[in-house]
Amino acid sequence: MVSAWIDAARRPLPRLIGTRLALSLLMLLVVSMLIFAGIQLLPGDAASAILGQSATPAARQQLELRLGLDQPALSRYLSWLGGMLRGDFGVSFSSGQPIAAALAYRLNNTLFLAGCTALIAVPLALLIGLWSALHRGSVLDRGLNALTRAAVSLPEFFSGYLLILVFAIWLGWLPSSAAVFGEMPLSTRLYFIALPCFTLILAVLGHMANMTRAALLAIQQESYVETARLKGLSPWCVLRCHVLPNAWPPIINVIMLNLAYLIVGVVIVENVFVYPGLGQYMIDGISKRDIPVIQACGLVLAAVYIALNLLADLLSILANPRLRHVD
Amino acid sequence: MSIKHLTAAELVAAAGLCLFLACTLLAPWLAPYPPDQVVGFSWAAPSQSAWLGTDNLGRDLLSRLIWGTRISLVVTLAAALIAFALGVLLGFIAGLRGGWIDQLICRCSDVVMSIPTLIWALIVLSLLPKTLPMIILVLGLIEANRVMRVARSLAMDISTQGFVEVARLRGERLRWILWREIFPNALTVLLAEFAMRFIFIMLFLSALSFLGLGIQPPTPDWGGLARENKDGIIFGVWAALLPGLALACLAVCINVIVDGVLSRRSTPGARPRVPGLSAALPVSSAVDVQAADAEGVGEKNG
Repeated sequence: MVSAWIDAARRPLPRLIGTRLALSLLMLLVVSMLIFAGIQLLPGDAASAILGQSATPAARQQLELRLGLDQPALSRYLSWLGGMLRGDFGVSFSSGQPIAAALAYRLNNTLFLAGCTALIAVPLALLIGLWSALHRGSVLDRGLNALTRAAVSLPEFFSGYLLILVFAIWLGWLPSSAAVFGEMPLSTRLYFIALPCFTLILAVLGHMANMTRAALLAIQQESYVETARLKGLSPWCVLRCHVLPNAWPPIINVIMLNLAYLIVGVVIVENVFVYPGLGQYMIDGISKRDIPVIQACGLVLAAVYIALNLLADLLSILANPRLRHVD
Repeated sequence: MSIKHLTAAELVAAAGLCLFLACTLLAPWLAPYPPDQVVGFSWAAPSQSAWLGTDNLGRDLLSRLIWGTRISLVVTLAAALIAFALGVLLGFIAGLRGGWIDQLICRCSDVVMSIPTLIWALIVLSLLPKTLPMIILVLGLIEANRVMRVARSLAMDISTQGFVEVARLRGERLRWILWREIFPNALTVLLAEFAMRFIFIMLFLSALSFLGLGIQPPTPDWGGLARENKDGIIFGVWAALLPGLALACLAVCINVIVDGVLSRRSTPGARPRVPGLSAALPVSSAVDVQAADAEGVGEKNG
């Protein structure tokens, strides 16, 4: 502990956090360039993608003028980026509405779904992981292992539709689509997202629990844990004072990664349950060739993902003083 | 290794794998109908003429499933091969050369890794023509990144071994060292990684097809079949579940077999070529300790 304090004094934490933050911002900038370049510069230009191959040259020219495609790419990128920074995400091609409002609403929905899932899945995963690490080799432990392996290879469009078939069609307990809207009271909203939430929990629970277990088991094999055990500490005390403090960083990492996956990877689940989230918005944008929407969604999803990874980094630094002087 | 030494689970997995292989290779002969032939009403129940019933347009579901297996697996295999050729090459060069080449490759990989693969694929495929070669190329290039990470850490581990040092001092060229020293020693881990990558690419491809951005109808593939039949769920038709089930079965079969092969490799009798390597490196399925470090989860779809 003392060495940690000394270390913290030598390399001030704010500076470390600042470095990580700057790196993440840089990453986001590069990603924004790639997203822009990916859409603007790839073969198959926007105008013919929207109008189809058989468009007349006049129509194409008019569209290009309207999209500002006559400007050089660099200036288009800068004005796009500048707009993003001011919260102006442009105007949707298909609906003619500003994207920012729709985007905020969708992001809110996605965060709500992911948040509800996390509130259930994270504590549950920690408990299961802890339990199976303490009872290693028991039936439940081995069952968990098998289940996790199966769940990793189960596509969401399978588990989602299976849940719909069982709970919505055969049993009739829950609604099959999660079409929530603005003024829904919280209880109704929760009722509507029960099935997508369940699907997502299935997707992340096993992985988190298994990683928690693996992290705990790895620490339990260390000699200092054996020493603690041999000097007669109770199992609970060994766990609390010696195992957990060292197991937190990897566990936090796994949890944050799963959360990142929840927010970004829900695209399929949102599609299965027709949930008005960000992923669904992006897929709609793609099917309508709505380039500003695709770009905005891509960038927001990337930003959320990078932010969660940054948070994972920072939390594991805070949880483990030793990580502070790794680099 | 004779058949007697296999466990029951491995036998079942091997049989399952053979079934999928048979579907892939022999689809034209195994499938009772051509994939596009309409044989009845839409979503008819299973019957003598159509064993699994029909799909949304009245085509035989079993035939489409068999043809879909063929398309899905061939595309996945091609993408996995591209990912491996490129990933292993770049990873070995980065791991062995170090210096600015390593930095360049790693920073590029960081950027690609910084947002989930599914989002990349969505952005890139939103405007590109969604032909088979293009899909294979996009999947292969995106997945090459993760292969590169594994290959690089393998190459770095192996290159600290004495025999590589000796080869270097002997004045062997980089290509010789890569091919004759690093590659044979990395093979086991790379094969395990290949199997895992294959599963992920398969999931990735069917996710894309399910979202309508992968293989385009009427060509059948697993994700596309789920997409076409998803409305049937409301009427209690389980056609949309079959491709997902097939995919999961194949993934479990591959997992069991890879685990079996790896556990035999690391038994005391079969000495790993590089001491300590088999213990320290990622083996088997997606749920492994190593995956915890920073790259684990986004994998599944991301």
